[in-house]
Amino acid sequence: MSTHTGLPAKRKAPGSPPDVNDNKGRRRSPTRVNPALYLFPLPAVAVIAFFLVMPTLQAFQYALTDWNGFSAAFNYVGLDNFIRAFTNDSLFTNALTNNLKFVLLVVIAQTFFSLILALLLTKNSRGSVLLRALFFFPTILSSVSVAFIWKFIYDPNFGLANAVLGGVGLEALQSSYLGNDAQALYWVAVTQVWFHAGQMMVVYIAGLQAIPRELYEAAEMDGANKWQQFKSITWPFVAPATSIVVAYTTVQSFKAFDLILGIAGNPPKQSLDILSTRIYSTFANSEFGYAAAQSIIFMAMIALVTWLQRRLLRLTPKGE
Amino acid sequence: MLSSITRRGILAIYAVIIIVPLTVVGFGSFKSTQELFAGPFSLPQSLSPGNYAEVIGGQDLGSSFMNSVIVTAISVPLTLFLASLAGYAVARLKGFMSWAIFGFLVLGMAIPAQANMVPLYVLFGRLGLLDSLAGLVLANLVSTLPIAVFILGGFMRTLPKELYEASSIDGTGPWRTYISIALPLSAPSIAAAAIFLFVIHWNELLYPLLFIQSPGNRTLPLALLSFQGEFQTNYPLLFAGVILASLPVVVAYVFLQRYFVAGITAGASKG
Repeated sequence: MSTHTGLPAKRKAPGSPPDVNDNKGRRRSPTRVNPALYLFPLPAVAVIAFFLVMPTLQAFQYALTDWNGFSAAFNYVGLDNFIRAFTNDSLFTNALTNNLKFVLLVVIAQTFFSLILALLLTKNSRGSVLLRALFFFPTILSSVSVAFIWKFIYDPNFGLANAVLGGVGLEALQSSYLGNDAQALYWVAVTQVWFHAGQMMVVYIAGLQAIPRELYEAAEMDGANKWQQFKSITWPFVAPATSIVVAYTTVQSFKAFDLILGIAGNPPKQSLDILSTRIYSTFANSEFGYAAAQSIIFMAMIALVTWLQRRLLRLTPKGE
Repeated sequence: MLSSITRRGILAIYAVIIIVPLTVVGFGSFKSTQELFAGPFSLPQSLSPGNYAEVIGGQDLGSSFMNSVIVTAISVPLTLFLASLAGYAVARLKGFMSWAIFGFLVLGMAIPAQANMVPLYVLFGRLGLLDSLAGLVLANLVSTLPIAVFILGGFMRTLPKELYEASSIDGTGPWRTYISIALPLSAPSIAAAAIFLFVIHWNELLYPLLFIQSPGNRTLPLALLSFQGEFQTNYPLLFAGVILASLPVVVAYVFLQRYFVAGITAGASKG
């Protein structure tokens, strides 16, 4: 039939093999699902229900108590723990401020930087592939290892950073880095970007490679310069990748627990204390009820910041 | 042409910023403290394994290494197994149930481990799982099962349903279909998930820090962290520890790089 029209037959002739539409019809008709299939997800569902969902619900319960983790008796104190966190605990508000600052710094720097790296390495040349592998490499190391490497880079007396600056005659720029409370958080943010920019670069490269080449060729013929091409082709097309990078980096930098403990010690000094390390210290101090309340604030903060970003970026019109 | 020079410049500088610290750590792990401080960039005078002997034997990093191997060797396959079972069911079940099971399992990705640590500690205490490797295996399983289901279930759903149905028409039970059809066809995503889990479990610090009391039960990241206090500025020793802790992951990365990028990106795109 198709030979007559010169087009592939779209409409189905009677008796031809079933196509997708038939499948849909069949799905609606009651199909037998082997009941044994319901056994397959059981182990996973049991593990998640018992060790993840239940403890999370319990956190809400603990958060309303003054339980110290050991005594059998404890009191329900209502929202006292939450009120204390926000109004009467400078350690907590300090950690909260630090954490928000850290997230903001890392999200901006890492998104920007990983996009630049991706733009420079989009083409699949041999050199690009090699450099991608190199830039990705730090991501696979443990946070404690990365922390130790950077502790040495930042060491005020023997460290690499000051040695390099001294070597090129820029002693004026030498710093005590982590020792300087006003700067410490910024230097850890640099470490965090070094740690994970390569990972986000890979996400961006996947996004960039999906952009049809013809768009750039057409734009070039219309006389669009590189910046115009970036603005009206590249940036809108990588929007989904940007939203992944921003969301992932946010969660990652909220949870930079291991890196902070490795670089600043346990417990970290105040200028490097973030929410997760604060929760751990509260917990280690046997204030279980209060630590649970802090955990809930922590979860709420992640959700809030992620939501705000989505609103600000307006990158996910479809929503999740 | 300027843009080409700028491009090369940026790439070269960043390559140096990655390579130099790693080289310094590699060289430094063979040096004495004085030698490192005198010339951090120079080649070590000798490849004396003194620092390694000290951290492996003296500081017992050897047994921490073994603990990490044991925990990871059990927790990665276990997580993959449970996740692939669940992912398989999600792919084959229909309508609401499939959606509900997948949603329930994947929802856990939204709960950060640090938010859960107090109740989990209490629960593990009641179950007698504190200060044991079994507890660490279970904690790894719990914390990464959601994302493993997300990766594997997501992949298995994209396999044509006809593949499963054809074999069930032949009278093959769901278990046989899981073993002989679902698993082999999902091999690429299982490999990616395996790498992702391996890196996360191998490097896990929070749970050991929470649960482990006895030095004999420490995993590598926890043992390394304890160095931080003891050897404030004995960097060569810290570096030897860093190299030992990173070695398995680095070796795997060299040989399985493709899967690393795929796996770790799959983990990232959950956003």
